[in-house]
Amino acid sequence: MKRFATFWWDFVVGDDWRVAAGIVVAIGLTALLATTSIPAWWLLPLAVAAVLWTSLKRAAG
Amino acid sequence: MLSAFLASAVEMVEALTIVLAMGVTRGWRAALAGAGAATLALAAIVAVLGPALTVIPIEALRLVVGALLLVFGLQWLRKAILRASGWRALRDEDAVYARRAAEARGAQHELRAGLDWYGFTISFKGVLLEGLEVAFIVLTFGSTQGSIPLAAAGAAAAVVLVVVAGIVVHGPLSRVPENALAFAVGVMLTTFGTFWGAEGAGVDWPGDDASLPGVLGFVLLVSLTFVTALRRRRRLAPA
Repeated sequence: MKRFATFWWDFVVGDDWRVAAGIVVAIGLTALLATTSIPAWWLLPLAVAAVLWTSLKRAAG
Repeated sequence: MLSAFLASAVEMVEALTIVLAMGVTRGWRAALAGAGAATLALAAIVAVLGPALTVIPIEALRLVVGALLLVFGLQWLRKAILRASGWRALRDEDAVYARRAAEARGAQHELRAGLDWYGFTISFKGVLLEGLEVAFIVLTFGSTQGSIPLAAAGAAAAVVLVVVAGIVVHGPLSRVPENALAFAVGVMLTTFGTFWGAEGAGVDWPGDDASLPGVLGFVLLVSLTFVTALRRRRRLAPA
């Protein structure tokens, strides 16, 4: 059971769980912004770039 | 279809290395039976889950699929950028083949159902695990674009191409630019994940689908910039 859970965790989340967490937060914030009158399309691409760079910097010491 | 084709090509090059190592060291019957059984299992996964996904409302599907594609795409992209910038070693199919073959030579012979069990299970697991990501990409792209068979055809075409190349080369495909392919897959998955994830969250893209090339260009530019920045960081890092 533990191996099964570990496999799916590795499969979906991968090496850096913070990337998955960052994406969930970014989509949540995008959904919140989309309910206002402010255009929300720019938020997710910028958040994706920020999440990726943060993870890369961590991996590159 | 292109995303499924490229992702399938990368994963199948890796699966081919495992099947080749098993075929040469443990016999082709068990290696091919394992690879065949895994291919059937993957086809069954797509056939069962495909129709199930079509009953989910498109907005909810795009949100979930977009989020999953983003997480997946960033895994591919992160690995490809680290490899391209020298922070992670490039995958060496020849070395993987040599290691797998050495392990296989040392493993015990055990016959089950008339097959060498080690050769069968390692081939089966190799193809199934490498193919699972492809099945996921086929299902997510296919369901959101309304054509799972087309995405599956793209993945199948790559399998045929890699198998034919393997037969021609008669060895692991070490000269395939795996990291460049993985980089392209990462860029595409991240692009579509961003686009669908935002749409699912209620965003109206300027110009609707016409903004997709803009997102692609942004993800590509950001990724190449990160490769350059990390290369510079690598050069400046103390040895």
